[in-house]
Amino acid sequence: MFDYSFALSLLPELWKGFEVTVIATIGGFLIALLVGGILEAGRRSGWRILKHVSNGYIAFVRCTPLLVQLYFVFYVLPAYGIRFSALTTGILCLGLHVGAYLAEVYRAGIDSIAVGQWDAAKALGLRRHAIWLKVVLPQALPPMLPPLGNFLIGLFKETPLLAAITVIDLFGAANAIAGRTFKYNEPYTLAAILLLLVSLIAAYGVHRLERRFAKVQR
Amino acid sequence: MPQLLKGAAVTLQITMMAAVLALVLSFIVAFGRMASNKAARMASTIYVEFLRGTSALVQLFYLFFMLPAFGITLGAMTTAIVGLALNMSAYGAEIVRSAIQSIDKGQHEAGAALGLSRLKVLRLVVIPQAFLLMLPSFGNLLIELIKATSLVSLITLTELTFSGRQMVVTTGRTFEVWGLVLLMYFAMAYPLTWIVRLAENRAARYR
Repeated sequence: MFDYSFALSLLPELWKGFEVTVIATIGGFLIALLVGGILEAGRRSGWRILKHVSNGYIAFVRCTPLLVQLYFVFYVLPAYGIRFSALTTGILCLGLHVGAYLAEVYRAGIDSIAVGQWDAAKALGLRRHAIWLKVVLPQALPPMLPPLGNFLIGLFKETPLLAAITVIDLFGAANAIAGRTFKYNEPYTLAAILLLLVSLIAAYGVHRLERRFAKVQR
Repeated sequence: MPQLLKGAAVTLQITMMAAVLALVLSFIVAFGRMASNKAARMASTIYVEFLRGTSALVQLFYLFFMLPAFGITLGAMTTAIVGLALNMSAYGAEIVRSAIQSIDKGQHEAGAALGLSRLKVLRLVVIPQAFLLMLPSFGNLLIELIKATSLVSLITLTELTFSGRQMVVTTGRTFEVWGLVLLMYFAMAYPLTWIVRLAENRAARYR
């Protein structure tokens, strides 16, 4: 049923796909960190319009499927003369999509800082940027790490969707092999195992992070 | 447009059937994880970790292309519903488990003191309270499910996303079609966010 020598011969091709998956994950997450920050800054700014735009963006992105967002960007933008490679489109979309979720993580982290900290910093005569950099962020950032880690794993698991816009990532490579050889078992099983291994190891790492911060808070 | 609406109807149909199946599975798996039987605990833990560790798309492809090799042929529709329900139930089981475990031990003890059997304590005391806590998370999961149904377009099922792809081929108007598809998903999922907020407020008041 499962042909081991055939499976072994597929590894180089799948590994190449896996490298693309890793690139997409890291690139997408970096963009997401930035997008989430911009959105959260927009929500906290005094400008009403910015607040509405940020909230609207977050609601819309969170209520529509990533796959359709990918199609939209991949097929619509070229009609207006904006052309990216499939992988760039994928990374951009992943970043724009997950960023909407990260804004929530940032918000929860910042909101968890007690009001007294703000008051004390103000009473000490710190300027606005000093309050953020020296008081709020050093306390707010470490507890954000576990949820950020979870979203990184989540993003990693979304990358197979990029295969739908012709990116040859791990899943795309498995598809290509299956389409060529009509053998579905080996490529898909290997792809699933690789995905599972990485996300389980990463989940274990996040779990340890969580435990560490739980201890610190106590 | 009528074609897209037909697709949206299929999307809703898949969502509803998968949601019901996922809900049932969630409870079964959650009780497996809390069982005193070690084998049941192990099996349900592996179930949850495996389904949460791989992506929904890979699982759907696996079901769609692999089961026939084992002599089991499900239609695309059944595969879609079963695949999505399996995936969502892994997340749902964790929601059920954490809600039930968050109910105070005193509630169990009080139930036992009143002479209720363990099953009755669960059914009459614990689950009614836990269910209220689960509602917001289930609402969010339902939004995730609506979005996840777009994946089944890739296993040849003619739902909203697939109809969109067909429309693009026949009309060539990418912007209008994909924009409309996005809006239709939004129209299905966004009202749920209000319901989630309402449920959250309710649950908060109840505490």
